[in-house]
Amino acid sequence: MCFSSEVWLCGLGIMVSILLRCCTSLHPYSGQNNPPMYGDYEAQRHWMEITVNLPTKQWYYNTTDNDLMYWGLDYPPLTAYHSYICGIIAKMINENFVTLHKSRGFENEDHKLFMRFTVLIADLLVFIPSVVAYFVVTRGLYRSDTKITVGKVKITNVQQSESTILPYLSIILTLLYPGLILIDHGHFQYNCVSLGFLVFAVSFLCKGKILFASFFFVLSLNYKQMELYHAIPFFIYMLSISIPNPGYSYYTSIVKLLKIGSVVVITFAVIWLPFLHSTKDFLQVVHRLFPLARGVFEDKVGNVWCTMNTVYKFKENFTNNQMVRYCAVATLAAIVPSAADLFLRPNIEKFVPSLINSSLAFFLFSFQVHEKSILLAAIPVLLYLPVKPIPCFWFTVISTFSMFPLLMKDRLVIAFIGLTIFYVASFYSVIEYSLREPKAKKTKQTFYRRFLNVLLSVEYGRANNEDIFKLTIKEIVKNRHYLLSLFEYVCVLSSLVGSGILSACMLIFEPPVRYPDLFPVLISIYSCIHFLGFFVYFNIIQFKIPQYNSAIKVKIS
Amino acid sequence: MIFMSVLLTSCVKLLLVPSYHSTDFEVHRNWLAITHNLPTKRWYFEDTSEWTLDYPPLFAWFECFLSYVAKLFDPNMLHLDNLNYASEATVLFQRLSVILTDLVYAYGTHQCSMSLKSGWKTEVVLTLLLISNVGLLMVDHIHFQYNGFLYGILLLSVANMIQGKYLKGAFWFTILINLKHIYIYMGPTYFVYLLHNYCFDKVHKSSSFKDLLNSFSFINTAKLGAVVIGVFLVTYLPFIDQLGQVLSRLFPFKRGLCHAYWAPNIWAVYNVLDKGAFISAKQMGFNVTSSPAVMTGGLVQEFSHSILPNITPFVTLIITAFFMLPGCIKLWSYGNSRDNFVRSLILCSLTSFLFGWHVHEKAILMTIIPLSILSIFDREDAKIFLLLSAVGHYSLFPLLFPRSLIVVKVLLYVVYTTYEFYSLSYLFPLRKRQHYTLPLLNFYESFYLFSLVPLFLYENFIHSFLGLSKTLPFLPLMTTSVYCSFGIIYCWAKYFKYFFENDKSKIKK
Repeated sequence: MCFSSEVWLCGLGIMVSILLRCCTSLHPYSGQNNPPMYGDYEAQRHWMEITVNLPTKQWYYNTTDNDLMYWGLDYPPLTAYHSYICGIIAKMINENFVTLHKSRGFENEDHKLFMRFTVLIADLLVFIPSVVAYFVVTRGLYRSDTKITVGKVKITNVQQSESTILPYLSIILTLLYPGLILIDHGHFQYNCVSLGFLVFAVSFLCKGKILFASFFFVLSLNYKQMELYHAIPFFIYMLSISIPNPGYSYYTSIVKLLKIGSVVVITFAVIWLPFLHSTKDFLQVVHRLFPLARGVFEDKVGNVWCTMNTVYKFKENFTNNQMVRYCAVATLAAIVPSAADLFLRPNIEKFVPSLINSSLAFFLFSFQVHEKSILLAAIPVLLYLPVKPIPCFWFTVISTFSMFPLLMKDRLVIAFIGLTIFYVASFYSVIEYSLREPKAKKTKQTFYRRFLNVLLSVEYGRANNEDIFKLTIKEIVKNRHYLLSLFEYVCVLSSLVGSGILSACMLIFEPPVRYPDLFPVLISIYSCIHFLGFFVYFNIIQFKIPQYNSAIKVKIS
Repeated sequence: MIFMSVLLTSCVKLLLVPSYHSTDFEVHRNWLAITHNLPTKRWYFEDTSEWTLDYPPLFAWFECFLSYVAKLFDPNMLHLDNLNYASEATVLFQRLSVILTDLVYAYGTHQCSMSLKSGWKTEVVLTLLLISNVGLLMVDHIHFQYNGFLYGILLLSVANMIQGKYLKGAFWFTILINLKHIYIYMGPTYFVYLLHNYCFDKVHKSSSFKDLLNSFSFINTAKLGAVVIGVFLVTYLPFIDQLGQVLSRLFPFKRGLCHAYWAPNIWAVYNVLDKGAFISAKQMGFNVTSSPAVMTGGLVQEFSHSILPNITPFVTLIITAFFMLPGCIKLWSYGNSRDNFVRSLILCSLTSFLFGWHVHEKAILMTIIPLSILSIFDREDAKIFLLLSAVGHYSLFPLLFPRSLIVVKVLLYVVYTTYEFYSLSYLFPLRKRQHYTLPLLNFYESFYLFSLVPLFLYENFIHSFLGLSKTLPFLPLMTTSVYCSFGIIYCWAKYFKYFFENDKSKIKK
């Protein structure tokens, strides 16, 4: 029992995060006692029923035994296999859980417990280890204060003036992120699996193990097709570091590309094996995965289309096919800057920001977006927490808030309040603790003092109006870093208070009869503005990171 | 620090709102209805529900106050014949009322840590130990009761006593007794300590009887008496003509030696011995008759022993008093030591837990919470605290029996216990490295604690897996009680010995 106190704390934090997950699972799930369609919980149960009782080939087909209109399987095969395994266990526990046809809408306490356990176990096996692995792997990556000289060029790491959060604290904060807990353990889904695979892929990439990274990313992609939001940075980055660098021949780079390609193809082939016997089967699955008929957005989403919809009704003026094209163009246009930057000036430190940018671009501009898809952007943002603590924290809170209407529908308001306050409070403690460290001299008191300095400069007494103006400007310039930090605090605080007030309004007031969706729309506009701002911000962050070849770094160190 | 820890634990409490709640939930709902609708005269006569009012009048007033807030949430919960009513708003109101009245507990903790030598020991370690006490979380926020608020008043009183504000301390303690009378078990300590330090305010060691008489302060005694009697008068004056009825409700001796789930005390062992003797006597062919032994069957009822002599309330009272007496004498002779005051409190409550009549397993918190205060000052206290809280909190598990809570309760327990061991082993570093033991505990104690794991597995999984849950339904609960009672009896004996051997005082202002 002689671990360092960091390990102890980290262990305690992880256990607390598991505890919060378990407590959340006591709350209602989506569509509880709500026939005839129920919700995502019933969808997952129905997939277990389908996969256990029907032969693999029929999973994605509309047959008499498999009514695709009732929660038909629309996720890639890995999800189906996962449902199959869970279904077998369900059958062992109680056959009624998964009897074909008869078990529709099956609900009771035991079943809820079983379903909650499946999520918890998936979380314990995939997401939590992946987060730990990521922060352990990258603990040196963003904190290296060293100036590295490559040849005659001096490369200084730009970010070093920022205060950073220690890796073990980042692990705890990431695991406490309320959005994922609420959706997986409250609303009911298995996002932790695909996101966990994604985080594993990123960790391996940061470690330089490209083949493992591509393997895990393919797994993640085959669990949920929404992971396509992250595909472009992976593709671009792997391509970019594989093309010949000075000192490498074409031959090695071709071999490298072939290796990556074969890993991807083989993994895909193994996962899709049962559906590769005929093109028809294959196309049917693909058709199920990308249902273009479902419209540009569902419910109220904090993206550009839904926000602009309040002014201009897209759904009425364009057909779905037209919309798909517009969305595709807009999304691509939004990704190009970040992708081009990653390709032309590759640097592993840019990778996580480019993941954020890509997923945010998809979320804001693409077709068929759910409010839950913001999780795909939130997880890379959490991975960036040690570097830019405050903006990342801000983003994660807003992302949770953007799902508030959904959570309210699921009767998860109490869990939402509890988890969000817990998260905010722990972040606050962590920041206070990190700022108190002797290295970082900035504390909030200094900010306020500098601010007061500007306002009450002693020299003002002996000056006329014009001088006062000049002096003020001078003081502002002198203290601009502190003022900026203070400004940041004020912005974050007012934005969070604003979202709190909006949610409180939605809870307390009845919407006017003319606009029954008033509050959800307001919330989606409010979060959309934030997300657009963050999109610009993270793009700038990415551009600011200089090119830096990781291959050279390895040689030097 | 205290603000943050209160905020964080409140969030966890909030998340526990929809969890299982016991019949105590209905008990308190019924009391809300009684105090809201009926005139004061009829509070202790009302018996529409089987859960009659059996707390002292001050608590009834507290419920009466709550009922006016409850009206805003859901007026239907205030109907007397609306039995077992638990709408979402009712649950939310009741849970929130516990979470908010826990602020009294936070205030008590704050006062306590203020009254002790300041430093990060009290500000961080003690605050966290008290605020996030897992026993309270389980009993109040899952099982449902208002203990946090009551322990808050106890801590407030203890803080005042430590600071030497005896009148205030006595005042809060009298309030506490009039809220829930179980705390009367701590009365002897208060009595002796106040008598020594307040009524005889100039006592010195080895003083003769005459000196003692001279040092008696009549004014102080009068003040103290006025405070205590005043509080009692205010409480009981509205019920003065029905005192017998109130008392019969407060002290229901018909309820049997042990509670539905046996608290891990002497009587659990005694019951098992009796049962064992009965079975072996039957095996040997003696003709013994036994009352239908509903041992841990859920409903509270009298239980008579078949071989060993029956235990009456009077016997338990005598035994409890007998074991409390030495502690009180010691407290008298080392009168003005604050440590000894708290130690004697602990000893009194632990003694009453072990030997008392109809003890609930929740009462172990009466020992654990005061002991947390001492645990940060002294290595020996810390050792006993670690063992006692690990066992005591474990013994609360049967209260939270639904399967949906298994993981929650285990995690709560493991997180808290890990924190205890981590922080206290940090305060009292090991002198030499030990293998295979928990920090601060010796090999046997560690082994005892680790054996809780197989015990837990047996109770929750193996027992039903073996198909014994039909034939021997009470076995898991019985095993838990008996196993835990060994640990608690051990702690009691160790603490008893420690109390008499130790004279040093570590609490400093």
